[in-house]
Amino acid sequence: MTRPAVRIRDVHKSFGSTEVLKGIELSVPKGSTTCLLGPSGSGKSTLLRCIAFLEETSSGIIEIDGDPLGFAEAGEGRRTRLSASDIRRVRAKIGMVFQQFNLWPHMTALGNVTEALVTVQGMKRSAANEIGNRQLARVGLSDRGHHYPSELSGGQQQRVAIARALALSPDILLFDEPTASLDPELTGEVLNVMRELAETGMTLVIVTHEIGFAASVGQKIAFLDHGKLLLDGPPAEIFGTPRHPRLEQFLETYLDRGAATLV
Amino acid sequence: MSTRLFELMLWAAGKTVLLSAISIAIGLAIGLLVCAAKLSPKKLLSIPATVYVSLFRGVPLLVQLLLIYNLLPALGILVPSEVAAIAGLALCTAAYQAENLRGGFNSVPRGLIEAADMVGMSPWQQLRRIRAPIAFRLTLPALVNEMILILKASSLISVVGVIELTRMAQNLSASTFRPLLFYSVAGGIYLAICWLVAGGGSLAERLMRTGSSR
Repeated sequence: MTRPAVRIRDVHKSFGSTEVLKGIELSVPKGSTTCLLGPSGSGKSTLLRCIAFLEETSSGIIEIDGDPLGFAEAGEGRRTRLSASDIRRVRAKIGMVFQQFNLWPHMTALGNVTEALVTVQGMKRSAANEIGNRQLARVGLSDRGHHYPSELSGGQQQRVAIARALALSPDILLFDEPTASLDPELTGEVLNVMRELAETGMTLVIVTHEIGFAASVGQKIAFLDHGKLLLDGPPAEIFGTPRHPRLEQFLETYLDRGAATLV
Repeated sequence: MSTRLFELMLWAAGKTVLLSAISIAIGLAIGLLVCAAKLSPKKLLSIPATVYVSLFRGVPLLVQLLLIYNLLPALGILVPSEVAAIAGLALCTAAYQAENLRGGFNSVPRGLIEAADMVGMSPWQQLRRIRAPIAFRLTLPALVNEMILILKASSLISVVGVIELTRMAQNLSASTFRPLLFYSVAGGIYLAICWLVAGGGSLAERLMRTGSSR
């Protein structure tokens, strides 16, 4: 069996005295789309941010394609912190798309997409622009390269953010509620781009409230509740009846709001 | 007012602008260093920076100028009064500019830095490409404000013997017995310069909102 893209081993995370992740075990198979679901405050966004090492876990190990990110095991349950350059090296395998897009406002769409190619990888401007334009075309924005983020709609900004992550050809792409800040009529264009990415066989880990999307695109569903991984399996198994009572309750909340239609 | 007297006023106005501009530029450089020190997690840097800011913000500029003007000769350092004036203005504005810059850096949204982390930028690359440009844009209105304040505060340097716009107006009104005329002209010139600086500031802000960043 091949190494998982992401392996999470007994991860705990506390903010002060509040424990938000309580011993998560999860592995994300290569080339799959994994959706993290759960009610607000269940810890799913925190888990994703721990995978990206934007949050430091309190204990446990996270491996990206076999390499520990942030902390490595040091025997007897202890762990050592890895160096900043080690963290950057492993993190280079990951791309991240944020709920708030986080585009750099002083750069154009193309500037955002090519920034790291030039600054971090030392690529020539012309070569970087070529890649940048290709990635913008991939998300359907080839005519928006010279627009500033403030001149783009939310959906367009999020697609630029996806192109920015793709430009560095990561192995794994993480999405933190990518449509949660968008007007309902703009979520479709972002979900479509994500659906296309899933079809290319890229490894995606998506925190989302779009249950219909998760059920149709996800190959694996991880349902978190109160900081614990309650359910973990293929959508047919998770969403098929009989359902776990907590999931049932969660779905009802969403169906009541008419937010999703299950497959 | 004869042409000759008007020329003297303009010459003095030029000196006001020149001394203010040099002070603001030096003050910005010192302000950047003080800001960096204040943002540093190392107490050895942040505490002296905090002391610096509270000292230079807490003592009136007029007192600072008189202190520097008298302190340097007492230390055996003989410099032209212009140098003492620039030192006083620059050290004072540095304290304010450091605080403005600190506000700017602290206002850069965290998510933008996280995005830079995720594309592998080193802390130095983040500072150069993301944090400093955004902080500068956020700080620009405060910087323009500070320029205007220093331009007007530069009238105080007449007390250390520098002949600038205010002192020239004073001299000419004393020798011609026409204080209303010369102070009105001086006021008008200050107003015009500040108006130009403010206009330049708005233009820069507009350009940065829409213009190229590269």
